[in-house]
Amino acid sequence: MGRKILFITTDQQRYDTLGCNGGTIARTPVIDGVAAQGIRYERATPQSVVCMPSRSTILTGQCPSTHGVWMNGVALPENAPSVAEVLAHAGYRTAIIGKPHFEPFLDAFARFPENGFCRAGTFGPHRGFEHFESATHGAAGPLHYAQWLAATHPEAVNMFYPVLDSALEVNALGGGATGAPQAWKNNIPRGWYHTDWVADRTISWLDSLPVDDDWFCWMSFPDPHHPWDPPASEIDRIDWREVPLPAGYVEDARERERVLDAKPRHWRAWYDGRMVSNYEAPLEWVPATLTADQLREVTALNAVECELIDEAIGRVLAAVAARGWDNDVDIVFTTDHGELGGDFGLMFKGPYHVDGLMRLPLIWRPAPSARSAPATVTRPVGLIDLAPTFCVIAGLPAAPWMESKALPVDDTDADARGFECVLTEWDSELWGVGVHLRTITRDGWVCTAYLPGTAHDGSEGELYDLAADPLQRENRWADPALTALRSDLLADLWDHQPVMARPLRAVEAPV
Amino acid sequence: MYGTIRHELRIARRAADVWALAGDAAKLHTWFPGIVESTVDGNQRTIVTATGISMPEEILVCDDRQRRFQYRITTPIFKHHRGTIDVIDLGDETCIVVYSTEADPRTMAMVIGSGTAAALQELRRQMERAN
Repeated sequence: MGRKILFITTDQQRYDTLGCNGGTIARTPVIDGVAAQGIRYERATPQSVVCMPSRSTILTGQCPSTHGVWMNGVALPENAPSVAEVLAHAGYRTAIIGKPHFEPFLDAFARFPENGFCRAGTFGPHRGFEHFESATHGAAGPLHYAQWLAATHPEAVNMFYPVLDSALEVNALGGGATGAPQAWKNNIPRGWYHTDWVADRTISWLDSLPVDDDWFCWMSFPDPHHPWDPPASEIDRIDWREVPLPAGYVEDARERERVLDAKPRHWRAWYDGRMVSNYEAPLEWVPATLTADQLREVTALNAVECELIDEAIGRVLAAVAARGWDNDVDIVFTTDHGELGGDFGLMFKGPYHVDGLMRLPLIWRPAPSARSAPATVTRPVGLIDLAPTFCVIAGLPAAPWMESKALPVDDTDADARGFECVLTEWDSELWGVGVHLRTITRDGWVCTAYLPGTAHDGSEGELYDLAADPLQRENRWADPALTALRSDLLADLWDHQPVMARPLRAVEAPV
Repeated sequence: MYGTIRHELRIARRAADVWALAGDAAKLHTWFPGIVESTVDGNQRTIVTATGISMPEEILVCDDRQRRFQYRITTPIFKHHRGTIDVIDLGDETCIVVYSTEADPRTMAMVIGSGTAAALQELRRQMERAN
């Protein structure tokens, strides 16, 4: 009997939403407790700041350029490598329960397997997962959660926020008490909400396993990704009126605009509503209209969703303990990317490589039987490092196609094994608007080079000193005093750049 | 908002042969993956997708001389839709098939357009296999 792996992901969760990372709004005692026993990473970075490329990186241990999911809406090839397959071949029982999103969700012709299992009355297998039970944000679509809710509680289906508007764009409709976009009063009973459903189904799958089996279970919560529509019964946990404004929000509008103007032009263009370059933010929403109260309410609703996730994880950990597995289970917690969360007056996500989207919660509690010491890792690591980490936990070598190495267990280990930098990519081409970014995080700096696109001529960039400017308000790209540093970072960025798989895979849907 | 998507593919088969299938409104389901039924009644066609959705369409053009087929989906979710299939003879016993999709909302242009790309692949597979 080996070490079992409970891999927990959320969707679009900021680093600072956890108590163990300094968060003060959501109470997250379960994850804080896991972090106290394990390894907490202070600079974990995604290789893409949107779902499909990032999730594909987690599964394959490859950069987006390599696995080919270069933007949302591009399907991960069915024959793409998968760490779940590696583990299954080694005898692990494997499951993904919750949000997968390796294939487009908008799928009118039922072309993608991910969307077809529930219709067919099956649960995979797919991509190395013997059990594939899916959910996404809300109750629309063909996934297992939506179909379960429609079959068992049809009256609740329309209680969720309508994620898309009548034009099938991400909805800008305001709700809640302040009219904030994607804030909503959802009258669904808590027990029917997808967070608890994901935990329930995870417990059910784990309970189906013989006690001696080794297993890899990816429990994938759709929250706290927008819409911010947690069960109404829970929203009074946090009074939004009492919520402080995020540190990254620049309250003075004139100063906010000055900060934005020092960044490449698509920042301010989006803020003013002149250019929406990507599908992931509401097309009809103009960030400049965001009020402080709207931001307070969104922050509070987001925190409620984080609390519900924390409590759901607590239930799953109790079930694991009840099976007598606790001593042999590795717990890994992270998210696929962050959320702007009011930083610079912006919300949602897009081609903006700053901490709101790039600094992720990542916690690894090795199985107590491994006798690993608790630690904090400050060196840069990436979600790309997860796949080889799962191999190491299982006592397997990393697969040759993985472009990364197992997570370090402390800074000494990180230094010894060369964890010096991490890369992030953005590519999007949507309705004639193209944006292309390449970013390196190294030595306490984040450096982003812009490739030619609709709003950029390829000369633009961003350079931030993470220690002196943790909110990334001062773009030092053009600072003459930093010319040598910038050149060195760019040389490292291009030296490490993977070759983009060609031809580019087709964009099948916006998401 | 309005969106337009175009896909094209060269097929190693005479244009007349390809048009015989691609221009037959009632046979769409035989080469368009994800469409399981296509029923024609005059200039009205109804297709049923593999997701179980029934979509009424109006046939606008079926021109054997130009080898052009045009139709529009009339279901209310579309403010506008026009699908166009052109089979263009290259004069060397091969042809190019162009499948264009215009739609408002534009998201539907992309979703349907990705289906048309897969349909062209299947059309080529069938045509070249039968050659």
